[in-house]
Amino acid sequence: MGVTLNAHFHAGWGNLTMPKPNKETLLDWYRQMVLIRRFEERCAELYQQGLIGGFLHLYIGQEATGVGAVAALGPNDHVITAYRDHGIALARGIDPKRAMAEMFGKRTGVSGGKGGSMHLADRELHMWGGYGIVGGHLPLAAGIALKIKYMEEDGVVLALMGDGSTNIGYFHEALNLSAVWNLPVVWLIENNQYGMGTAVERASGAKELIRRALAYSSEDGSGMKMGPRVDGMDVLAVYEAISEARDHARKHSPVLVESLTYRLEGHSMGDPQRYRTKEEVESFVETGPITRFRSYLVETYKGVEKTLDTIDAEALQAIDEAVEFAKNSDDPTYEDLISHVYVD
Amino acid sequence: MADRPITYREALSSALREEMQRDERVFIMGEEVGVWGGTYAVTRGFLDEFGEKRVRDTPISEMVIAGAAVGAAMAGLRPVAELMTINFAFVAMDAIINHAAKVRYMFNGQFTVPLVIRTTTGGGKQLGATHSHAPEVIFAHFPGLYVAVPGTAYDAKGMLKASIRDDNPVLFVEHSTMLQWRSPVPDDPDFLLPIGKSDIKRKGSDVTIVTYQKGLEYSLVAAEELAKEGIEAEIIDLRWLRPLDLEPVFESFKKTNRCVVVEESLPMFNVGAEVAAQIHDECFDWMDAPVKRVAAMDIPLPYSREIEQMALPSPEKIIQAVKEVI
Ligand SMILES: Cc1ncc(C[n+]2csc(CCOP(=O)(O)OP(=O)(O)O)c2C)c(N)n1
Ligand SMILES: [Mg+2]
Repeated sequence: MGVTLNAHFHAGWGNLTMPKPNKETLLDWYRQMVLIRRFEERCAELYQQGLIGGFLHLYIGQEATGVGAVAALGPNDHVITAYRDHGIALARGIDPKRAMAEMFGKRTGVSGGKGGSMHLADRELHMWGGYGIVGGHLPLAAGIALKIKYMEEDGVVLALMGDGSTNIGYFHEALNLSAVWNLPVVWLIENNQYGMGTAVERASGAKELIRRALAYSSEDGSGMKMGPRVDGMDVLAVYEAISEARDHARKHSPVLVESLTYRLEGHSMGDPQRYRTKEEVESFVETGPITRFRSYLVETYKGVEKTLDTIDAEALQAIDEAVEFAKNSDDPTYEDLISHVYVD
Repeated sequence: MADRPITYREALSSALREEMQRDERVFIMGEEVGVWGGTYAVTRGFLDEFGEKRVRDTPISEMVIAGAAVGAAMAGLRPVAELMTINFAFVAMDAIINHAAKVRYMFNGQFTVPLVIRTTTGGGKQLGATHSHAPEVIFAHFPGLYVAVPGTAYDAKGMLKASIRDDNPVLFVEHSTMLQWRSPVPDDPDFLLPIGKSDIKRKGSDVTIVTYQKGLEYSLVAAEELAKEGIEAEIIDLRWLRPLDLEPVFESFKKTNRCVVVEESLPMFNVGAEVAAQIHDECFDWMDAPVKRVAAMDIPLPYSREIEQMALPSPEKIIQAVKEVI
């Protein structure tokens, strides 16, 4: 048994003329990926120390997907995701301090300490949140996209979801409605090979989840666009795929994209991982998204190592500062407990 | 302006129409709301008047009807989503409870959900067990959501307009057998009733009847019968299950010292249980008899008319309960 990521990325799949990201941009993606990795590693430690409670789902291994996808969006676009949301939140620009404070349940957290790890949102950044009910956010994505269309605004919704969420009714209803109403949504399946302990082929009739798009598309080309199955460990490939998908969603119809990636840690903290072997996990460490991207940068830009080392050090420092900020922040109060149940 | 007697259905239609005319962001979505004209004909003519953008037929997809309406509301529209009947709201339960009612709190007030979900409730039409629920009380369990249960055309209009203008999510429950009921309604485009206010529908000093919708219809009949025997019932129409306004109930109880709660829901964990518990808390020293509950029987509703009626509340059952507490 073993999992291989069998991507069929079709370069030039659309007619997009996309500016090639420059060095500065690529370094910024690298910075984001490293920041996410360090954030997650620190969260794991803090969880062991009892400083973070509840459920904690780490994004380690999936950084290229989140960073590449969010990088393809503009400020008028929208992002919504499931509970494995730290990486998406940081990629969208949420301050690591406020994200970490949310982990600590402090009132300075992005969600005031009332959401926790699974529920990071920032309205200003059009980050509509992480959501704890598998698939529950997919209809919300359709609704947000309806508002864009209704108000004749420019923008798309990027709705990320796990492979497991493609099996709940919400997935079918939301994708179908987006096709019927022709809503500007990029549906992105982060196929990390498992939903908790259940491998994709043990849960889905279609092993290639991207094929689900066919169910909402017509022979005349209307309906859902079947996008690519992209190598989700390659930040550039994800960026390119989502850029094209975004362009298509703005101009034509909703698109489904599948990103093949791998979750290097357990589903959540305390997962004994009986459903996969150590060897399988290790086989993905070497080809992990950060290692790969770093090699690419080193090959492409002579002498960039020093810059990368500086970025690594700065990421660690940012996380230290975030933890410090979280520790020194106040707990929510009784007033916080009872506020925001209703609009007064 | 003059009050004009109109039906409960006309009250709903005119409330929707006026609010759609007033605010571009208000739109309707649901099964058969457009081309069909609404399963209960409430939105007949709306498609012609407002167009496909604002009168949106959906697939048979309750999860996404409710969920997409939440997303659209969070994003700044003011959806009026329709679930054909409340029996199908069970399919949409997660979107209503976990999302409509929770996103504001969970994200610390960053989002508001100005959403109305309209649906119809009630049994007694020989539709069998799956299509005869009156389960609105279940939805009233959850903070973050309002639950409206209007029992007259007057209330239906003022409450629906207020619900559409409010920034909180409202489950607006209409009674499927009351659509032809008439009552005078002000001909005023700004006629609004306050959210979470119950209403005394009949004055009396011998017993307090707390009820809503179908229970209101039956209680009014029962009260006339009781009056012939010299028993004057005070009838309080809750109008909203959340916010639940029991102040007038306590006030009335302190005068009558007796209470019967009438509803079409099932007999366990129902509105009567809540009202009785709160009367115990607030009016213990004024109690002359235990609070009585009249509800449906604790069984699924059958098809056959004879036994279906047997299982539902009736004026006779109310009269009997009143006599037990007096
Ligand atoms: C409706 C619902 N059912 C079950 C769960 C419990 N649960 C949480 S995560 C999860 C697995 C989801 O897997 P996937 O969508 O692949 O996302 P991943 O965890 O891999 O990111 C399950 C079953 C839930 N949160 N919601
Ligand atoms: Mg998964």
